[in-house]
Amino acid sequence: MKETVVLDMEKLERSDRVRGRILKTVTCVGLTFWALVVLFPFYWMVLTSVKSYSAYNSEYIPKLFTLSPTLQNYKEAFTAVPLAGYFLNTVIFTVVTTALMLVVTVLAAFAFARLNFPGKHLAFTLLLSLMMIPNELVVITNYVTITNLELRNTFTGLILPSVTSVFYIYLLKENFEQVPDQLYYAAKVDGTSDLKYLRKVLVPICRPTIVTITILKAIECWNSYVWPRLVTDDEAYFLVSNGIQEIRENGFGRENIPAMMAAVVVISIPLIILFLLFRRAIMAGVSRGGTKG
Amino acid sequence: MEKKQMKGWLYLLPAILFLGFFLVYPLIDVLIYSFEEGYNFASQTSYGVGMYNYSYVLHDPYFLQALKNTFILVVITVPLSTAAALLISVGLSSFRPLRSLYQTIYFLPYVTNTLAVGLVFMILFRRTPYTDGFVNLLLGWFGAGPVDFIDGPYPAKMFVLCLYTIWVVMPFKILILTSALASVNQEYYNAAKVDGTSKFRIFVRITLPMISPTLVYLIITGFIGAFKAYSDAVALFGTNLNTAEMNTIVGYVYDMLYGSSGGYPSYASAAAILLFVIVLTITCINLMISGKHVHYGS
Repeated sequence: MKETVVLDMEKLERSDRVRGRILKTVTCVGLTFWALVVLFPFYWMVLTSVKSYSAYNSEYIPKLFTLSPTLQNYKEAFTAVPLAGYFLNTVIFTVVTTALMLVVTVLAAFAFARLNFPGKHLAFTLLLSLMMIPNELVVITNYVTITNLELRNTFTGLILPSVTSVFYIYLLKENFEQVPDQLYYAAKVDGTSDLKYLRKVLVPICRPTIVTITILKAIECWNSYVWPRLVTDDEAYFLVSNGIQEIRENGFGRENIPAMMAAVVVISIPLIILFLLFRRAIMAGVSRGGTKG
Repeated sequence: MEKKQMKGWLYLLPAILFLGFFLVYPLIDVLIYSFEEGYNFASQTSYGVGMYNYSYVLHDPYFLQALKNTFILVVITVPLSTAAALLISVGLSSFRPLRSLYQTIYFLPYVTNTLAVGLVFMILFRRTPYTDGFVNLLLGWFGAGPVDFIDGPYPAKMFVLCLYTIWVVMPFKILILTSALASVNQEYYNAAKVDGTSKFRIFVRITLPMISPTLVYLIITGFIGAFKAYSDAVALFGTNLNTAEMNTIVGYVYDMLYGSSGGYPSYASAAAILLFVIVLTITCINLMISGKHVHYGS
């Protein structure tokens, strides 16, 4: 009797192990499949960007590799279209917008988290309700405003409406509130001004959150398309997204796909490098405060 | 004391200026625009007030096309991407080796430029006289005929748009679900193991209820995001979306505002408000349904 039970247990365990192994294999195959689906477009853009124009156009059946890579397309991308200009514009736009956003956000978060003033709760409630407003709704008036102020095709027009981020004020305020009150009172006793306390104590302590919102905003700026498209029609002020669309529709003469792909690689690289450098901060930040999808 | 009270507002001032000028004022203004009939952009005058803009938009075949496209996109991509992200996250949580590498790879689409990678998708799927493209090569291996996914039949175009949208939204969903799965209390699993509960049962009875608030969050943000689809479509089909029959509601708003068909902020406003109402309604329905089924335990 006992023996059969033991045997049964062994049998059960073995079938369990077999099932476990099958499940593991299926999981592994599935995960690898999705990884390939994600990576393939990146592989394809790099691959196409190093194929020569004539080689690419002679491949009726696309080849999955190339034996004679060339950098000619990258040269083409920087000379035939103003890619360097788009790039520089995007850097300026991203840096200035993010910097302004940081100043505005830090000051507002500090006021909400640490200062007492009449109407504070009402102001905060209003702020929270602003989070629900979709950008699509306000873009129309902003477009009219910027057009009437004759700020189209200027950095001012590009940057100003892109600065505000209600959610980041909220995120940073929550973080500021976690810093113990004692530090603030100690600083007050020492005669430190609010601004100095903010700069020397609060900001350094909350650095991780500040880094996170900086990176998230920078990503958003780098990829922004709709607003720049609305307010710029002069190529000299195009950002990379609009640049790539312009290249697609009018650039490089007739359908020079390899050069287009070289341009795509060039504008994708900065964010990928940023991501690989700050992988943890970005992923933690997005899971706390990102919205896309 | 007086000085101290003003100080808080002083710190808030930059935020108030930016938000007031570029968020609150536009919000009121867009409502006004949407009811002003015959608004002229150049002279900034209008004939009167009424519902004409809404009626125009609702009878515009381009808007109806955009509405249809957006609804199809939402109905297909939200459930599929959420389910796929759930599968992948569950797989990832039981898969020790290479987990961190896979997580990094899966997140990549989040940090790439939608317009740029959309161009790559277009090239993979497009069929031209010079080449059938990579996807048609794959289809050929399975004996399926070449299809032009970019300038071809409507279902094919819709398929690429859905696929690309899913590709773009997956990183966010996988990331959120992986961290939700990791935060489920391990003791529940241990208890279930002692009881000899099967893996499937554990998943349905423990994992799903524990992560249901996250799932609801993802479904709601997924709906909102998919209703606002636009740049994915531009990336695949170019800026002239009406001709490609691939416009979305947001695309319609922008086309009314700007470009060769633009100059009608009133129609754009009416369409934007319609979009907002649709999104709000769907979100409320979502919240009502989920309120009955979600487990908000500690």
